Amino acid sequence: MKLGVIAIQGDVSEHVEALENALKQRGENGKVVTIKHKGIVPECDALVLPGGESTTLGKLLMREGIADEIREMNAAGKPIMGTCAGLILLATAGDEQVAKTHQHLLGLMDTKVNRNAFGRQRDSFEIGLELPFLDTQYNAVFIRAPGIVEAGKDVKVLAKIDDMIVAAEQGNVLALAFHPELTDDLRVHQYFLDKLF
Amino acid sequence: MELEKLRHGTELIKRGFAKMQKGGVIMDVVNPEQAKIAEEAGAVAVMALQAVPADIRKEGGVARMADPKIVADIIDAVTIPVMGKARIGHFVEAEILEALGVDMVDESEVLTPADHKYHIDKTEFTVPFVCGARNLGEALRRINEGAAMIRTKGEAGTGDVSEAVKHMKQIMGEVRSLKGKTKEELIAVARHIEAPIELVLETAEMQRIPVVNFAAGGVATPADAALMMRMGADGVFVGSGIFKSENPEKMAKAIVEAVNNYDNPQVLAEVSKGIGAGMKGISVDSIPESDILQTRGW
Repeated sequence: MKLGVIAIQGDVSEHVEALENALKQRGENGKVVTIKHKGIVPECDALVLPGGESTTLGKLLMREGIADEIREMNAAGKPIMGTCAGLILLATAGDEQVAKTHQHLLGLMDTKVNRNAFGRQRDSFEIGLELPFLDTQYNAVFIRAPGIVEAGKDVKVLAKIDDMIVAAEQGNVLALAFHPELTDDLRVHQYFLDKLF
Repeated sequence: MELEKLRHGTELIKRGFAKMQKGGVIMDVVNPEQAKIAEEAGAVAVMALQAVPADIRKEGGVARMADPKIVADIIDAVTIPVMGKARIGHFVEAEILEALGVDMVDESEVLTPADHKYHIDKTEFTVPFVCGARNLGEALRRINEGAAMIRTKGEAGTGDVSEAVKHMKQIMGEVRSLKGKTKEELIAVARHIEAPIELVLETAEMQRIPVVNFAAGGVATPADAALMMRMGADGVFVGSGIFKSENPEKMAKAIVEAVNNYDNPQVLAEVSKGIGAGMKGISVDSIPESDILQTRGW
């Protein structure tokens, strides 16, 4: 089993560590690899798009030629998780902020996103979030977080804050506006790995 | 949303913001046009300034926080985070920057210090801070005051990377030297480097400083940026190096590519081709001691 984390920019090592710990916790063997260039995504059984700056990440994904490989991976039905910036990259459409920077989107989830739905860094927050696949609240960390403002009929909404969708899935694609990799609680990563095992 | 359930400005959120910047380049800019060039090149954030360090150095006098209008205009111009510099100890400048909506405050030795005894108590703020350091003790003192990110001081505005190299090697070497030490030895180290014991223990355990650690101060070329990454920097600040170069667009893009491919000399050769001359710069050896910026702060 090979799990890939896109490592162009952002909190890559936190995701690698969370995935390794999640694998260990469930007693599975697997290798977590970081991906900076094309050629590695096709070898992976599941993929994580980490948090970072979406404008930067999107540009470099295209420049490095990784974007098309991710689309092919999705077409093959392999699990893909995007957190924060990753949620933006997974979307089919963005707001004017996204359009302004000619943001490159992967379009794997039928969603329209708002790049900084919850404001600037001073507005960033932690909150106890209810997720349908967990029996107790999850401490979710939102950092200059995006949100999903519109979701197509194939998208399953998992969590909302007010009217803003902050967790959703479509088939094997999981999008989160928060950062499960920043806490020691592995339950969200386990939910993602449930799609594999 | 039930507002009382939201927790703002926690350590996790402040340090988390810094983590999102990892593997990225943060560029100094003085107007919205430059900010857009930086964003287009792939910068992860911009530092909004009145003048880049090379000009601050040239002009002399007292260097202060940028005009809030410049900062606000830059915030409006880009989608990536915007940082601003406050003078060491000037907590009101930091409050003004926070009120403007900057995403991180740099309590910076590049500006003229406002307090020669105390740094800002950064734990009192919602906005995260980055601070400069030359060694492990200085880095841990700043973290203890609430800094969510550390950068090397280097010698800003020179285009001479040697001081950033010195500071990064110093910090990395000190972290390595903690390995295998007993608790009582670590306590002795803490006393010696004038850093809190808990942070020394944490650093020894993690084998890295407990927050994101960037390189800054004199980085002027793609090769300089890659050099700092090779030494273990989590990312790079480029000050005067971009907009004092012959072709800022090309230089900015090349430095982003270099940080992304820091371990691949073939790519580094490619991205370094035909990008025009770097900033002229000034060697640190030729600067009189009174004009050295890195000795500000402690």
